[in-house]
Amino acid sequence: MNNLPWLHRERVEQLEAALAERILVLDGAMGTMLQGHALDEAGYRGERFAHGCDTRHSHGHHGEHATPQGCQRDLKGDNDLLSLTRPDIIREIHVAYLDAGADMVETNTFNSTSISQADYALQHLVHELNREGAHLARAACDAAEARAPDRPRFAIGVLGPTSRTASLSPDVNNPGFRNVDFDELEAAYAEATRGLVEGGVDVVMVETIFDTLNAKAALAGVARVFDEIGGRLPIMISGTITDRSGRTLSGQTAEAFWYSVAHARPLSVGLNCALGAKDLREHVEALARIADCAVSAHPNAGLPNELGGYDETPEQMAGTLGGFARDGLLNIVGGCCGTTPRHIAAIASAVRGVPPRTWKRARDIAA
Amino acid sequence: MSEARYTRLSGLEPLVITPETLFVNVGERTNVTGSARFRKLIKEDRYDEAVEVARQQVESGAQILDVNMDEGLLDSEAAMVKFLRLIAAEPDIARIPVMVDSSKWSVIEAGLKCLQGKGVVNSISLKEGEEKFLDEARKIMRYGAATVVMAFDEKGQADTVARRLEICTRSYELLTRGLGFPPEDIIFDSNIFPIGTGIEEHADNAVNFIEAARELKKRFPYSHVSGGVSNVSFSFRGNNTVRDAIHSVFLYHAIKAGMDMGIVNAGAMPIYDDLDPELRERVEDVVLNRRPDATERLMEIAEKHKGGTREQDNGNALAWRELPVAKRLEHALVHGIDQYVVEDTEEVRKTTTRTLDVIEGPLMDGMNVVGDLFGAGKMFLPQVVKSARVMKKAVAYLLPFMEEEKMKSGDAGKTNGKIVMATVKGDVHDIGKNIVGVVLACNNFEVVDLGVMVPAQKILDTAIAEHADMIGVSGLITPSLEEMAHVAREMKRQNFTIPLLIGGATTSRAHTAIKIEPNYESACVWVKDASRAVGVAQSLVSKALVDDFLAKVRAEYAEVRERHKNRGPAKRLVSLDAARANGARPDFKDYAPPAPKQAGLTVFDDIPLADLLPMIDWTPFFQAWELHGRYPAILEDKIVGAQAMELFDDARAMLDKVVKEKWLRARAVIGFWPASRVGDDIEISLPALQWEGRGGDGVEDQETRVMLHHLRQQADKPAERPNLCLADFVAPRDSGVQDWIGGFAVTAGLGIEPHLERFKRDNDDYSAIILKALADRLAEALAEWMHREVRTKYWGYAAGESLDNEALIAEKYRGIRPAPGYPACPDHTEKTTLFRLLDATGNTGIELTEGFSMYPAASVSGWYFSHPDSRYFVVGKLTQDQVRDYAKRKGWTLAEAERWLSVNLDYDPD
Repeated sequence: MNNLPWLHRERVEQLEAALAERILVLDGAMGTMLQGHALDEAGYRGERFAHGCDTRHSHGHHGEHATPQGCQRDLKGDNDLLSLTRPDIIREIHVAYLDAGADMVETNTFNSTSISQADYALQHLVHELNREGAHLARAACDAAEARAPDRPRFAIGVLGPTSRTASLSPDVNNPGFRNVDFDELEAAYAEATRGLVEGGVDVVMVETIFDTLNAKAALAGVARVFDEIGGRLPIMISGTITDRSGRTLSGQTAEAFWYSVAHARPLSVGLNCALGAKDLREHVEALARIADCAVSAHPNAGLPNELGGYDETPEQMAGTLGGFARDGLLNIVGGCCGTTPRHIAAIASAVRGVPPRTWKRARDIAA
Repeated sequence: MSEARYTRLSGLEPLVITPETLFVNVGERTNVTGSARFRKLIKEDRYDEAVEVARQQVESGAQILDVNMDEGLLDSEAAMVKFLRLIAAEPDIARIPVMVDSSKWSVIEAGLKCLQGKGVVNSISLKEGEEKFLDEARKIMRYGAATVVMAFDEKGQADTVARRLEICTRSYELLTRGLGFPPEDIIFDSNIFPIGTGIEEHADNAVNFIEAARELKKRFPYSHVSGGVSNVSFSFRGNNTVRDAIHSVFLYHAIKAGMDMGIVNAGAMPIYDDLDPELRERVEDVVLNRRPDATERLMEIAEKHKGGTREQDNGNALAWRELPVAKRLEHALVHGIDQYVVEDTEEVRKTTTRTLDVIEGPLMDGMNVVGDLFGAGKMFLPQVVKSARVMKKAVAYLLPFMEEEKMKSGDAGKTNGKIVMATVKGDVHDIGKNIVGVVLACNNFEVVDLGVMVPAQKILDTAIAEHADMIGVSGLITPSLEEMAHVAREMKRQNFTIPLLIGGATTSRAHTAIKIEPNYESACVWVKDASRAVGVAQSLVSKALVDDFLAKVRAEYAEVRERHKNRGPAKRLVSLDAARANGARPDFKDYAPPAPKQAGLTVFDDIPLADLLPMIDWTPFFQAWELHGRYPAILEDKIVGAQAMELFDDARAMLDKVVKEKWLRARAVIGFWPASRVGDDIEISLPALQWEGRGGDGVEDQETRVMLHHLRQQADKPAERPNLCLADFVAPRDSGVQDWIGGFAVTAGLGIEPHLERFKRDNDDYSAIILKALADRLAEALAEWMHREVRTKYWGYAAGESLDNEALIAEKYRGIRPAPGYPACPDHTEKTTLFRLLDATGNTGIELTEGFSMYPAASVSGWYFSHPDSRYFVVGKLTQDQVRDYAKRKGWTLAEAERWLSVNLDYDPD
């Protein structure tokens, strides 16, 4: 797959040029911003799902005998669905982050896999969710570029971790049990990737990786889609160190994690979520030391407080991440849970003018 | 040239192979084609033990684990997946990368799909042509793995230097130039063939491999050279001394030439320099093919070296008696030999002016060596406890002299510190606590042991009276957790500041952090096991260490609490209604529950202990001593085997006496009653006379109804895996089917006290702990024996059953005997109902403590279920709706229910 041509060659060149020149800023949390809208069940459903069922789907190409979908369960909480029912809100959030100084915006597709959408019985929407999520992000980037043509903006197609893990048993009494396997994950991720690519993302990002085996299946699924279409996009990979033990949920250290995914030859590897910037530092440092690609970090706004909220102010977070940047650890920086456009603006200003991390590329062919 | 060319593999942790690595050991025992034992375990579906084999490989130094399931009668793909998933759940195994080893690509691919880390494929080759080779290599790149490339092509396996180089070079070019396969992810296996076969063409087999290795490493510096080492000594099967010597010599030369990885029996390899010089020379002649008669000359001496080392050991058995006296004491302490300790102690005492100097000098020096070895994992608990016995004997001998001196001078010895220890109120289990006491005493702590069932106030009063530096509380049953929290609360209320140490099987870091420490902020420390006790205690009494240590512990617990507070829905639970809707529905339509052959109560007054011996499950006996591994494999374990064997010998010798001299008395009572399921409860009806407790409910038909209360699993499970409740295994009341339930209480601990007293008088904790652990084993064996009697005679639904002990331990029979307080029915208070139904105290002498612990501790009680579907399970976490419902059924307040079920709550009460 490494030999496939770039799907959007010009955009990749712009991206690589930008990365060589400065630290790129990724956007912040989607969920935190959506909470501000306090949507209720009807708000999530919008018109299309207002009557319980997916009006389009049941009258659609599956004919009148098709089972109505999306009826049985509450849809409140399915944030990705808002790309279809409230695109105005999603667009507005993308714009807010771009205005705050983000170079890259992440699509609203964190849970847009058949595995995660099964919780809402909305598996049939996976392709559409990814395609529309990609459209919204890319359209927001286009609008921003139109205003400032010298500054390219990038739509990052997000592939989330799904609600299942391939290397952990959900049943403590049966350590050999798994509720999902590699093939199922690979297929689900491939399906999501097709939507993202069709919707026009510039980069695919496998993020919030709790379980590296899930991520490996995602990378295999992405590679499969690239094979199908005969072209590829740059890949970003971002793992999650779950707690101060310094390991992923599936038990790997940051270093072991990188060696497990390096075969995908990604544009960047990094860490996001779970910890605040301060606690994430040593692990980002570990990656910065060993990775022969760009390094990213988009931490949470601190650790969650008693009410599950995040307390770190934009200034605090930007202070810490500015330190990362000055110490040469970063190429891409942004925010995860609890971060807002104000955080991103502060972070963007903290890293402005700081030279990006440099790295030695491993030589592609043997000496 | 570029350091980026190192091979980087990973399990949970990274493995980077640099030039400094020299040699990477690949563990070979988890291979069904190479290990008869592993093959047997896999074929018999004994995966637990197979996982232990992997653990041993890692513990003895394997850096990569080779896993091979190529066996004709196995579903190799399924076996590979099952095994890899199981070891993925063992962090101490999963930390190293896996080498997926198979001659079938489908098995390799199935294995790769289970590895979160970057593993190694073993192997691919040009045997079936370039297309297949490249196709497989491409997939390996996509899965992210390194690969072994066999020196094998369309024409066959390489056996000369030239053919090895030809095939390896062609493979390398195809991979790197054709596919961009990273050269550092290529490992050549250029075929290790046997030597010393007597066939002339084989004489150069090792030399050729070594020469090829040298050239391969030169041509392809980023790649690696590996091979299956045990092949080389194949012709010396049966003589492991010679085989190991051959491996050692072969590797010595092959590694120098450039071999940097090998599949070996990690841990069994002798060091080249340590080999007997004669043996080494003759082996070297064979390996390097230095003379035509090399093989004959090695054969000549091979027999001699078969059992050589053992004789030598015996000859030197008493050599240590020639050492200076301080060294003799050290030897006696380290090896637990008490035979000469009094005379050696006396010899030192005569030369000192102050008797205490004997203790503080050579004896403590010796114990420090013991402590260091234990701390470094080079000694194990039974040895330490034996060391303590030697120490105590020496100290007991010196005491009268010291008393005399103290009378003269008023001088008293100085210990490290003083600890008051107790098993908390309501609990009688003390084996672990006693071991901790001994280990602390060995390290010069003064231990005041208050025994079992000790009320909080007595612990606190003693701590004040004794000017203790710390308090240690222990317990095994879940209600003890609440009692420990109570001790902590009382310490705070009474303004204590000394540290409180928490230990015992049900305790945990999380419980200590969340439920105990907030009650007593001064200092609460959870002690995982005896091996940690000394480190913790020493940190707490050291002025230099204590502040940092406590700050670290407090921070750690604060973090645990924080995490707990913020824990997400890690394991989703469903509502009680949903769990009930997904309950097990055994078939009661076409199934007639068996009626017991003998209803009502049956009492067994004096069961011959000899009958129980074959039913003993020894594995937990070793666990009690912190020796981990399964019996009988543990006796041959590379690390703890020798210790386990010694302990086992001592235990069997004592067991002999226990049986012959009738040290212990075994009693039992069983009963069966008509029963039906009502919701999650089981209703028993019995003649009112048999139930003094409650009358009234069923006056009209002269029957009393008794409710047995049970809890249901609430984990979010798919429909094919029901949310179980023990009541599911009894026919529902409205089915009209007549069903039954049984109960039992057995003990093998009656009469133990005088013997424990005797050991105590002799300062022999080692024997006392063995006896307690044996009594526990006998009680478990009795429960197993009784259950078989019940299945085959008293309930009699399995009259024809015939199972050996292993099958019994593996619970391969029909019916279960779950015990209240254990995972399937975690509410300890149900023992009250069980004991009243059985009149267990009157019939067997077992008492229930207020914490629902049984005394003697060597007792077991529980229910009998006969339904063929009945099985053990873990109730697990409960939501408040079930706890509320359960409280109503039990006639408790919600708070009472939350207290008794505290460890099962999925939420924080209040």
